[in-house]
Amino acid sequence: MNETELWALFLNATLVNNFVLAYFLGICPFLGVSGQLQSAGRMGLAVTFVMLVASICAYAINRVLGLIGAEYLALISYIVVIASAVQLVEMFVRKTSPALFKALGIFLPLITTNCAILAVALFQTRRDYGLVEGLVFAFGAGMGFTLALVLMAGIRERLRLVDVPDPVRGVAVTLVLAGILSLAFTGFAGIGGSA
Amino acid sequence: MADTMLASERESGPERLRAGLWRENPILVQALGMCPVLAVSNTAINALTMSLATASVLLASAIVISSLRRIIPPQVRLACFVLIIATFVTLTDLLIEAFALELHRALGAFLSLIVVNCMILSRIEIMASRQPVSVAALDALGMGAGFAIGLVTLGSLRELLGFGTLFGSRVMPDNFEPWQVMQLPGGGFFTLAALVIGFTLLDRRMRRREVSA
Repeated sequence: MNETELWALFLNATLVNNFVLAYFLGICPFLGVSGQLQSAGRMGLAVTFVMLVASICAYAINRVLGLIGAEYLALISYIVVIASAVQLVEMFVRKTSPALFKALGIFLPLITTNCAILAVALFQTRRDYGLVEGLVFAFGAGMGFTLALVLMAGIRERLRLVDVPDPVRGVAVTLVLAGILSLAFTGFAGIGGSA
Repeated sequence: MADTMLASERESGPERLRAGLWRENPILVQALGMCPVLAVSNTAINALTMSLATASVLLASAIVISSLRRIIPPQVRLACFVLIIATFVTLTDLLIEAFALELHRALGAFLSLIVVNCMILSRIEIMASRQPVSVAALDALGMGAGFAIGLVTLGSLRELLGFGTLFGSRVMPDNFEPWQVMQLPGGGFFTLAALVIGFTLLDRRMRRREVSA
């Protein structure tokens, strides 16, 4: 794949097929955590980071399972390996870069079993991405997730001052907002070709 | 949320079966487990397959985990739960691929994503890891059914308004213009929001009637 195609892949994963707004992945943190701008940004960074780790792990697992002919173990291996890899990376980051650890902080263990993470591994496998393509895809997906989370947090900070009708409060109003955001993102369709 | 969890620990099996259907409906009240599911809620048949697959994974893992609950060491229980759930998801995935290839293509990677459905893990952690098999199984049945009802309603509405069909057969009159927005992801969010609002209003009205009666 040349550079243009990689850019297309990145833009596609970030804007056109945004994980949250087009695939409904990672809705739980999207509805739950996205109350404050700052924590939303950190959460997004942590997710991007874990997605990159997951992408590398999935590539390695596919190679190994392909060699021994046990592809049916893929799903179980993804979960176990990604969880342990994140744990290892967390220890490493805590030792080497306390500042980074503080920024990613408590989010790392929480998001290990987030559906968006596993989806990176699964999509990458289904679409036969190589190592570089997988990493670009994971980075794009993570950036898209961060974008959606930050946008939502910004809107919800404003929403605190608004008088929302009683039965709509909570989940319902967040879903309506997500729907409007999702419609807005439909406008990106066509950018970066179809993947 | 904490109150409902405490209350549910004291209840019997049949009580749990009813709780999942209405009072603690996983989709409409708890808003759990929607991540991998909403994406394939654009037609009724997709929603039905997906919710049946989720419900059967939940039931099977609840039974197995509940019968192993004295053997699984509490320190590593989450890892054990996830492994057992992942096994059943792989089984379901292969079964659907074997018997309904078309559906398997339509659902794609989202079937495998049932593993990380937080609804399943929360039921296992709250009920199956602490209760005898009969109560855990009835709870899983109730939650699975409640999940299916919520999801199939969502899928049917989206298919009806977005394509003018229901389970693939034409229902709307010929001059009906399909609402394009319903086929888009945004339509999924809007429909779910409408369902949640409708449910809240209905539930309140019923409670008020109970109080006044």
